[in-house]
Amino acid sequence: MTVKELKEKLDLTIYSGEQGLDNEITGGYVSDLLSDVMGNADAGEVWVTLQTHKNVMAIASLKDMAAIILVNNHKPEEDTLAQSNEEGIPLLGTAMTTFEVTGRLWELIKK
Amino acid sequence: MQPFRADLHIHTLLSPCGDLEMSPANIVKAAAQRNIQILGIADHNSTKHGPLVQKLAQKEGIFTLCGAEVTTKEEAHCLTFFETLESLAQFQQYLDEHLAKIKNDPKYFGCQVVIDEQEMIVEEVEHLLISAINQSLDQVEKKVHELNGLFIPAHIDRPKYSLTSQLGFVPPDIKADALEISKHTTRDEIVKKFPYLDPFTFIRSSDAHFPHDIGQTTTIFELEELTFDEIRMALKKEKGRRVFLNDE
Repeated sequence: MTVKELKEKLDLTIYSGEQGLDNEITGGYVSDLLSDVMGNADAGEVWVTLQTHKNVMAIASLKDMAAIILVNNHKPEEDTLAQSNEEGIPLLGTAMTTFEVTGRLWELIKK
Repeated sequence: MQPFRADLHIHTLLSPCGDLEMSPANIVKAAAQRNIQILGIADHNSTKHGPLVQKLAQKEGIFTLCGAEVTTKEEAHCLTFFETLESLAQFQQYLDEHLAKIKNDPKYFGCQVVIDEQEMIVEEVEHLLISAINQSLDQVEKKVHELNGLFIPAHIDRPKYSLTSQLGFVPPDIKADALEISKHTTRDEIVKKFPYLDPFTFIRSSDAHFPHDIGQTTTIFELEELTFDEIRMALKKEKGRRVFLNDE
């Protein structure tokens, strides 16, 4: 599934990084500790988090992740937006909690 | 230039995790015994015990930096210190505005009391001080600097509540007056791992929660005299003032 398809299925908001909407999603990772994501996330995954600091983008880029979903109406900081556009990694948002969005994500992309 | 020993990360009994023996008087007594000349009082998300420690410490010729250890919304701990009681009060107001309103349960978390010189309780702080405030790292940094204070991310090497645990790495453009490391590492070790941190000033402190912790880990400041401005100059490596760790 592409980020764009996911965005439509879960009715996610696009904050930035639209160039990456065709990124292919191969899995997901859910964590708010960036040190954990750095160690354990894989390329192609969509990352669900409530962290909005720009280091999120640095780590998503380092791990070559497909997209980021900010939960619970958390809004990205200005420099996070800028870096998402620069990296071409979409930053998406939802009012859903981590539990709900992750459950729906699992239903959509489980193998 | 004269060397002064500093322990800039001390909790009082106001922090729910701070030992009840961490009264301002006991802290000053321990600091005097261990030859500490600069104390940093940094309770979790509260500045309220700094002024009493400062008053008692002054009598012993010990200089006190008053501030708080703020938990940002990323749950990264940052030391903050202020020069005047006015700016300290303004920062307290900011903390009050932004701390999550979760009632403390002393049974689970410990007491949160402010005491006076006679060790009588003058206030029991209602809201849990170890939760986070709803302000980002960058917002806290801006506020501290607006009030002309010092902003020092705490124990950056630790696996919890640190910049590295919460944000993966220290943001290279962070406007920190210094970075604090714990007794578990050295400046060399950190800079080897993260070479871009080399230009930063490092401090190391005890993060004392019990009287016996006070002064176990210290930083040396080389200053002309003991003032807030001199300490700031040392952190900025200005006019020959400097800061170094015991093993440097």
